[in-house]
Amino acid sequence: MTRSIALSLVFHSVMIILTAISLPFMMRTPVDLPPILSVDLIQITDTTSIPFAAKAAKTLEKIKKEEERVVSEQAPPTQKKKEKPDRIPLPEDLNKEKKEIVKKKQNPEEIKDEIRQASEFEKEELFDPQQIAALIDKAKEETAETLKKDKKITQSSKKTSFATGLTLSQEDALKAQIFGCWSLPLGLPYHKNLLVRIKLRLKPDGTVLRSEILDHARMNQPGQGFYKVLAESALRAIRICQPLRVPPTGYEKWKDLQLNFDANEMLKG
Amino acid sequence: MKKILLFIFYLFIFNNSAKALVEVDITRGNLDPLPIAVSPLYVESGSLDIKQGDKIIKNVGEEISKIIEINFKRSGLFNPLKKDSFVQKPDIAHVKPRFEDWRLIKAQALVTGKVTVSEEKLRVEFRLWDVVAAKEMVALAFSTTPNNWRRVAHIISDKVYQRLTGEEGYFDTRIIYVSETGPKTQRYKKLAIMDQDGANIKYLTLGNELVLTPRFSPKNQLVTYLSYFRNLPRVYLLDIETGVQEVVGDFPGMTFAPRFSPDGEKIIMSFAKDGNSDIYTMNLKTRVVEKITDHTSIDTSPSYSPDGKYIAFNSDRSGLQQIYVMRSDGSNVKRITFGKGLYGTPVWSPRGDLIAFTKVRKGKFYIGVMRTDGSGERLLTENYYQEAPSWSPNGRVLIFYRETKADSDGKGFSAKLWSIDLTGYNERLIETETDGSDPSWSSLLSK
Repeated sequence: MTRSIALSLVFHSVMIILTAISLPFMMRTPVDLPPILSVDLIQITDTTSIPFAAKAAKTLEKIKKEEERVVSEQAPPTQKKKEKPDRIPLPEDLNKEKKEIVKKKQNPEEIKDEIRQASEFEKEELFDPQQIAALIDKAKEETAETLKKDKKITQSSKKTSFATGLTLSQEDALKAQIFGCWSLPLGLPYHKNLLVRIKLRLKPDGTVLRSEILDHARMNQPGQGFYKVLAESALRAIRICQPLRVPPTGYEKWKDLQLNFDANEMLKG
Repeated sequence: MKKILLFIFYLFIFNNSAKALVEVDITRGNLDPLPIAVSPLYVESGSLDIKQGDKIIKNVGEEISKIIEINFKRSGLFNPLKKDSFVQKPDIAHVKPRFEDWRLIKAQALVTGKVTVSEEKLRVEFRLWDVVAAKEMVALAFSTTPNNWRRVAHIISDKVYQRLTGEEGYFDTRIIYVSETGPKTQRYKKLAIMDQDGANIKYLTLGNELVLTPRFSPKNQLVTYLSYFRNLPRVYLLDIETGVQEVVGDFPGMTFAPRFSPDGEKIIMSFAKDGNSDIYTMNLKTRVVEKITDHTSIDTSPSYSPDGKYIAFNSDRSGLQQIYVMRSDGSNVKRITFGKGLYGTPVWSPRGDLIAFTKVRKGKFYIGVMRTDGSGERLLTENYYQEAPSWSPNGRVLIFYRETKADSDGKGFSAKLWSIDLTGYNERLIETETDGSDPSWSSLLSK
């Protein structure tokens, strides 16, 4: 019995010594590690939205007034209506009616409607359905020609800018201007679709009246966080660049402008 | 009815011809870093100074803004503007910036903030403004203990980075590496940990044992590393938060580079059994070891894809060391590198789209990246000796170490930590107290 206890004691001691030697962490000095402390995050946007300072409010009001004034001066529909009779022969009574409409447009009270129309990117034509039959053949011919042109342009992968509104040199001038203003976010995933299409309504002097991101829904899609950043950078470029270098004439042709910002080419290249 | 139909028809075809929209493609832009102004954070009156060891931080608002600026500068994506040019004072800027003043100095984004320090609490508010659009982009507040002010600066940097680039930041992270001292023939190697900017260096081992290849778990603050105890390789696990470390196991022969699986439940490594080096995994819960490759060649440096479905590793089974990819069960092994030279140390990007590697060709060492099928190889940096790339948690920056050549007397040798981003242009030295090697980047401390 005593022998067994003695043997047990000896073997246990040997085991304890061996364990102490073979497990190095038991001999180590405790590691002095930097503490990881918790940080509470609180959203403060909602609770601290601050009204515009008096000076900023005044500036905004001034800009608003200037915009209104420019819109009133441009009176785009007036010019447009004048063009119609040149291209499409209208019966005399229709011409008379057109003149009356043009007169109405010069009335300041009517300008508000024009602004509203423009704000929705709608180009509504004023005509009498009774006259459509007389116009329909002409319209068909024009459409056929336009479609033919469009098809050719698409096949050669070219956009409609010079065909409709800007000459090649005008387009190049506009591009060169925006290239300089667009700070490309450098952290973009190069293998994703990095095209942002922005539709603009311009004033005759090239300043931006309104801008709209065409693929707006993409911003809220999961995994598309970079798209918001890219779209914001494009909008920033337009704001920095304005007034845009647009031709002094032909406002009707380029007042609605679509800019396609494509970062893929740069990042892949 | 006929009239209405004609009307609709007219609208359809006539509008098409009349509304041809002018489109202009913008395919070029400015690749310069984004100009950003970081206004010193306004310190609320009545706030206390922060005592940190021997140091007293008097204006913590300014210190935080400096750290944010350094982070941005190092990222290569931002150009922090000089504070001398700022017109508006921090206290007013934080309430409502006068955007025209900031536009004047060409800032496109602005960071403002406010700090309140009491005995036990630090509260920091910050706002990010789009200067061009004159609107607020982010506004957040943090509260923590005063000693934690550096972390707050890194967290703010991450939030701003995320908002302006669309991808997660990597500033509130740590780097574990092997600190080296002594001549080349007799190096003392200690495990060290620091913030990603090189601050707060702490040594985790004493230097009496050789330590190698520390690797962070992608899930938490666990580290696995290799240490030689009585000339036997032993794999350890170290919990950074508690400081507890344990032996995972003793492995025979040459053991290399233990690394975690993406879920943090396994470690994968290579060791030589019966004279042949193969890849094995060990389940950290059950401690069951599983053999993944079984080939007469030397298979080493395994690294999981972020979804855990694939493993990249290097092998000399083709005669030269090349990179291979296989399923995580060891099946479907495919060679992905066919270029001239030797390829090794593949590391899968946390984004999953790229694999970083070390390439040796004509006596030069390169750090490069390629797609996971081996295509699109890009060599980011070239030097006399450099290896062991490790990804930042957002998969945009690589950290690695570079050695300089010693002269015939053994002098002039050094090993330093460097970082480089995916563009290959933004290469930076990470300052450390001693020489360093084998770095590994942690995941974000705060998510």
